[in-house]
Amino acid sequence: MTATIIFTIASLTVLGLVLALILYFTAQKFKVVEDPRIDDVETILPGANCGGCGFTGCRSFAEGCVNAESMDGLFCPVGGNDVMKRVADYLGRSVAEMVPQVAVVRCNGNCDSRPKSNNYDGYTSCAVMASLYAGDTDCRYGCLGQGDCELSCDFDAIKMNPRTGLPEVDADKCTACGACVKACPKMIIELRNKGPKGKRIFVSCINKDKGGVAKKACAVACIGCTKCQKVCAYDAITISSNLAYIDYNKCKLCRKCVVECPTNAIWEVNFPVRVPKKEVAEVEQH
Amino acid sequence: MSKTFRIGGIHPHDNKISVNAAIENFPVMERAYISMSQHLGAPAEPVVAKGDKVKTGQLIAKANGFISANIHSSVSGTVNSIEMLPDLAGNLVQHVVVNVEGDEWMESIDRTPEINRVIKDSPQDIIAKIAECGVVGLGGAAFPTHIKLSPPPGKKAEFLLVNGAECEPYLTSDYRIMLENTEEILIGVKLMMSALGVKRAYLGIEENKPQAIKKMKEIASKGYQEIKIVSLKKRYPQGGEKQLIDAITGRQVPSMGLPIDVGVVVQNVGTALAVYEAVQKNKPLFEGVVTVTGKCMPEQRNFRMRVGTTFESMIFAVGGFPKDAEKLVSGGPMMGKAVSRIEAASVKSTSALLLLTEEETKRGEEANCIRCAKCVDACPMGLEPYLLNRLSRANRIEDLEANMVHDCIECGSCLYVCPADIPLLDTIRLSKTKVLKIIRSRPKK
Amino acid sequence: MKKLIVSPAPHLHGNESTKSLMRDVIIALVPSLLVSVYFFGFSAIKLALVGVATAVAVEYVIQRYIVKSKITVNDYSAALTGLLLSLNLPPNSPWWIMFIGSVVAIGIAKMTFGGVGQNLFNPALVGRVFLLVSFPVIMTDYSIPTSWFREGIDASSGATALSIVKEGLAKGLTMDQIFSENNFSYAQMLFSKIGGSVGEVSALALILGFVYLLIRRVIRPHIPLAIIGTVLLFSGIFWLINPQMYADPLFNVLTGGILIGSIFMATDYVTSPMSKKGMVLYGVGIGIITMLIRYWGAYPEGISFAILIMNATVPLINMYMKPAKFGKEVKHG
Repeated sequence: MTATIIFTIASLTVLGLVLALILYFTAQKFKVVEDPRIDDVETILPGANCGGCGFTGCRSFAEGCVNAESMDGLFCPVGGNDVMKRVADYLGRSVAEMVPQVAVVRCNGNCDSRPKSNNYDGYTSCAVMASLYAGDTDCRYGCLGQGDCELSCDFDAIKMNPRTGLPEVDADKCTACGACVKACPKMIIELRNKGPKGKRIFVSCINKDKGGVAKKACAVACIGCTKCQKVCAYDAITISSNLAYIDYNKCKLCRKCVVECPTNAIWEVNFPVRVPKKEVAEVEQH
Repeated sequence: MSKTFRIGGIHPHDNKISVNAAIENFPVMERAYISMSQHLGAPAEPVVAKGDKVKTGQLIAKANGFISANIHSSVSGTVNSIEMLPDLAGNLVQHVVVNVEGDEWMESIDRTPEINRVIKDSPQDIIAKIAECGVVGLGGAAFPTHIKLSPPPGKKAEFLLVNGAECEPYLTSDYRIMLENTEEILIGVKLMMSALGVKRAYLGIEENKPQAIKKMKEIASKGYQEIKIVSLKKRYPQGGEKQLIDAITGRQVPSMGLPIDVGVVVQNVGTALAVYEAVQKNKPLFEGVVTVTGKCMPEQRNFRMRVGTTFESMIFAVGGFPKDAEKLVSGGPMMGKAVSRIEAASVKSTSALLLLTEEETKRGEEANCIRCAKCVDACPMGLEPYLLNRLSRANRIEDLEANMVHDCIECGSCLYVCPADIPLLDTIRLSKTKVLKIIRSRPKK
Repeated sequence: MKKLIVSPAPHLHGNESTKSLMRDVIIALVPSLLVSVYFFGFSAIKLALVGVATAVAVEYVIQRYIVKSKITVNDYSAALTGLLLSLNLPPNSPWWIMFIGSVVAIGIAKMTFGGVGQNLFNPALVGRVFLLVSFPVIMTDYSIPTSWFREGIDASSGATALSIVKEGLAKGLTMDQIFSENNFSYAQMLFSKIGGSVGEVSALALILGFVYLLIRRVIRPHIPLAIIGTVLLFSGIFWLINPQMYADPLFNVLTGGILIGSIFMATDYVTSPMSKKGMVLYGVGIGIITMLIRYWGAYPEGISFAILIMNATVPLINMYMKPAKFGKEVKHG
């Protein structure tokens, strides 16, 4: 009886030792030397793996941060300045503060202002539709409305509005990762500065056709009339190929262009409700 | 004994309702819209300016780059403008718009009806004349013919295959020219054989066109013995380039390869006729036979039509827009393109205008895949469309490449047979483009 | 101006739909159903009705109230599952067995995986096997019910031919003795009367359905032929070795659900392989496993288990058994 117990203990001990040795040597042989800081940086990151930073995922971004000389060009749009500051502090470097951005949809041709000229009957995908033809309205630049941007968003921040047929961005959820910008075959979505208190002004149209053609296809198209350019005191508006573009770095959010635009193609977001035009004029006269 | 390809294939109803309509000349329209991008490759460069007088057959745009083709005016008159106009898909393409005044042809064009049987040009001259006359492949892709007839160095053609299969339902334009221009086609084939330096040519015709086979065989036996007429089984896509080569020669073009890799050059019968007219009659390619058909149409016709005719005028020539027509297709119903703008104009390779009703064409609502494997059976390339569709939707590029998505010939058989109405080809075509782009961007070994 | 429809090519579509395919399979089962009604009367009708109604109702309730998805009961796939299951029960089964079977088949084997096209295992077979292991007594009582127009005719055959053989062999009888004792004949097997489930009374009716499916191009012959071929070959070898210990090949094919299993169960689209090569491998696998169970397993029939086991291998078969690709076998030049 005792002999059996001793034998069992002995054999199990020997077996354990042998296996431990094998494990030890394999671990030595196949050891991967990795900077332990990568793990730590990864825990700071949001872990969304969205690829908005340009890397394939959070781990490779962490690797990139640790191996890079400085933090220039490295930015996690999801975590924003907070996260980048913590990463930089951990690595003992400094980081420049980035202005928070948000995705904006530069098409406002809804079902009424931009009527359909044909009916698409294929797979629900903007990419398929764009490779087939110019679109189901007379505007060759406008939103195709099949929702590739909605599918691409990891944060539930962009949604198709079934009433207008256009995508809408939820600025609170949007992390400016740029996935929708890449997904849109018509290149309608742009990342722009979020602006103070979320106030921003942009041209919600990318139609480069001549004014008449654009206007015929869509009632709210930018017709390249240059009125906004003339009214802008800050040189923020440029017009090329019949299309106005507002430089968000120069724009001082004076809202003059919004009033001036004859087709309502310029949009303002998060501004207080405007006093009707007439009253303003009267106030100024007094 | 009819020949056929070995893998896959489907049997759609052929609906050749316009077979008995002889080719008629389509009246020359008031204004011609001639696209500068009628061929695969770079758009041609206009050589006329606004206000210039042009004659029918006069060169109005020069080939621009290696893969490109000359374009000739299809009408005579004054150049109204050179502007960007939408093509049938609504994308802007440069067009030369000509206001028609009479119909004065270039003097160099031989307009006599006699058949010119004597081949006196050397192979180089034949190819030069084909290039000069802007002949492109009329089987669908509109690849410039003179390039196809000049194999790259190190590659040698053994056979010339001529495609008279016309496996697409509804189309009858190739059938009509095979009946009405039989000998011209055979001379065109001989010219191309001479250009390529091959001793043997095969002309494949699907067996649902017995009269064309009979007439071809009859004329070929009188002085065109080197051209063998092959009867093919009625099976879609019999006229696909790779399928035709497999059916007639038993050779299979390797993945990512070209027909010349197995020593074959394939041309369409329409191209053969255009080659004959270019070389023997000095007539540039500015008109072609277009079938205007559809079950909802009061009548179905085959027209010899000038390039640059609008789809609108074609419809009105056959009695106006039928009430129940919901879709216009330029080309056959399996591979043709849907027309989104009827004011767009025909191009060299336009072979048909097909009008379909909603009932014929509307896609059903997509349901779950029941894994019936009908798409696998139908695929003429031996692919698995159900799998490629799933991988495409998940955007798994590497798996897609491993499953040979780039071999897809976009024949549409999978979508045709799918009982669950899954848009298989839509998703596969998209991922095929992505995979091809990646493959082509890799450094060559 | 009229708004045209624009879509990518192709612009035509074939006439087949999920609905038409399922309907064709149901039509192919009609001869067997009629024969079973002729032999078992009201009992067969009752089982079929309960089966179809329960299956359709369960699918509807789940889609409508639980998963809240699109309702697909009108594609006939649930009805087909219910019908197939009813044809796979002993003729004398009580209606509630059919009810439980249908609930399990649709509720567990089909809907939990995501509905039509998503299930790994054949729902009807899962239902049948569930009943077989839960209610072994009822599920192996193959006595023929008395019906309103056939009064208790030879209600003697309380067991299937295969279980008679198995018991006989266990008692030490030879094959000849078993055959002569029980009056087995091939004519019987082809047309009727041999003990078995509702749907397999007549091999001829099943084969008629098979031919219909082939003509309508609903199924390909690869799977049934591979199964039957394998069973013939496998049992043939053993029969040649010892005809007194092992039943002859034809007997093996005509009894014990090989026909209904190979024609209607193994060919189920969702749970069978996609390529022809894969189909043959799948069929051979089913044949071998069936015979292994028959000769050395606890159950006399075995094809239900064989099909379910092979169902599990289908994803693997699909991964490795690819259809022949175009342009692979030819060398450059």
